[in-house]
Amino acid sequence: MSTAKTEREPMFSAKIKKLLLGPLNKDNPITVQVLGICSALAVTVKLEPAFVMALSVIAVTAISNLSISLLRNTIPPRIRIIVQLTVIAALVILVDQILKAYVYDVSKQLSVFVGLIITNCIIMGRLEAFAMANKPWPSFVDGVGNGLGYGIILIIVAFFRELLGSGTVWGYHVMPKAFYELGYVNNGLMILPPMALIVVGIIIWVQRAKNPDLQEEN
Amino acid sequence: MYSNGYIFRYASIMVILVAALLSAAAILLQPAQERNVKIEKIQDILRSAHIESTTSDAEQLYDKHIIKEIVINAAGEEVGVYAGGKFEKGDRRAFFVDVKSELKAKQQLAQGKQAQEPVFPLFVCRKDNEDIYIIPLYGVGLWGPIWGNIALKGDFNTVEGVTFGHKGETPGLGAEIATEIFTAQFPAKTLFDANGNFASIQVVKGGVANSSIDPAHGVDAISGGTITSNGVSDMLRNCLENYVPYFKNQKAL
Repeated sequence: MSTAKTEREPMFSAKIKKLLLGPLNKDNPITVQVLGICSALAVTVKLEPAFVMALSVIAVTAISNLSISLLRNTIPPRIRIIVQLTVIAALVILVDQILKAYVYDVSKQLSVFVGLIITNCIIMGRLEAFAMANKPWPSFVDGVGNGLGYGIILIIVAFFRELLGSGTVWGYHVMPKAFYELGYVNNGLMILPPMALIVVGIIIWVQRAKNPDLQEEN
Repeated sequence: MYSNGYIFRYASIMVILVAALLSAAAILLQPAQERNVKIEKIQDILRSAHIESTTSDAEQLYDKHIIKEIVINAAGEEVGVYAGGKFEKGDRRAFFVDVKSELKAKQQLAQGKQAQEPVFPLFVCRKDNEDIYIIPLYGVGLWGPIWGNIALKGDFNTVEGVTFGHKGETPGLGAEIATEIFTAQFPAKTLFDANGNFASIQVVKGGVANSSIDPAHGVDAISGGTITSNGVSDMLRNCLENYVPYFKNQKAL
């Protein structure tokens, strides 16, 4: 192997960009792969917790992808799932502890759902499908990309649920008083989990209508 | 192929490293976490007496307004008094009394089981030259624990204000107990009837106006949140009745 690769891939090649931006649209973990729905329903009543949850998931996917990729050549295949779970669990506990120490209010609203990031299929899926077979940098970017793809849906859903359910955005009242005087009422149904599913459904519908290659043949 | 020995070594080292990392994080972050819990408790106590605080000035306001922390026993005697940073009587601070375990002890005694004698915390808050008595509450809602604080005026009868909190009541229904719409009904309600008997405050399904309950002892329940509303009623009665002997002693003085 005398002709070993000498030229290094640039930091932001087209491939890396695709890893980062793909999950935002055509490879979106929630709307296309339909993973991580459970937490998407639970934490999207208000924008702020949804945003913190998104950041937490981005941190966990990115760092676990990076760690597993660094370890990938040493991990014995027979216990690889256990190793992946240990890494994810450690990171999630760390995130939970940090939230409790620095953003206590939000951490109370997120309650068990931070802990449940461990069971988020997106993370295990990326470790198994990508980080085990790729170099650290692409793995890290892939983790950030998938976290972002998850986060962006969370934030869109939370925006509509908070606006229509409570008349606020990020805790600030935005619905004009005049609307209420004309008989407008906040939609209590938006606060309940089923509406999150419906909002996600609408997002999937819009996305598929715009991307014909996402539509099945029949 | 990896040998069994390698797998065992790999797993052991990894687990030890992760354990060390997490222990270090837990120890480093613990002071900040405990402070958050403490500040939240302070803010709840102050809010029931209508003193708004932020996370940064809560401790300062607490020291300024809460002039006395009293621990009483079931007979209504003071067993601990803490004021101005030192104990005047006993060695228990009301702030560190866990209402949940005290209520459990009370319940066990009532069932004839062995338990420590329960004690109950009371905070004396001075605001605008008036003494307000703040009592922490603890009970159960539909999905989990609910809690709160109730502030009484110096006559040990009239409500100054309340706060409620909950672990996970249904958003939009039971969870509304924590909102202003619900808690604003409490000020000016009274705990004792005209004959001086303890009447507590009831959360009435269908509205006080449509019931036989004296409007001075009742507030409207939340539609669709009946079990949480009943939980609030039970919590108020169960917690406040412990203070009746103490109030009577105080009034007799």
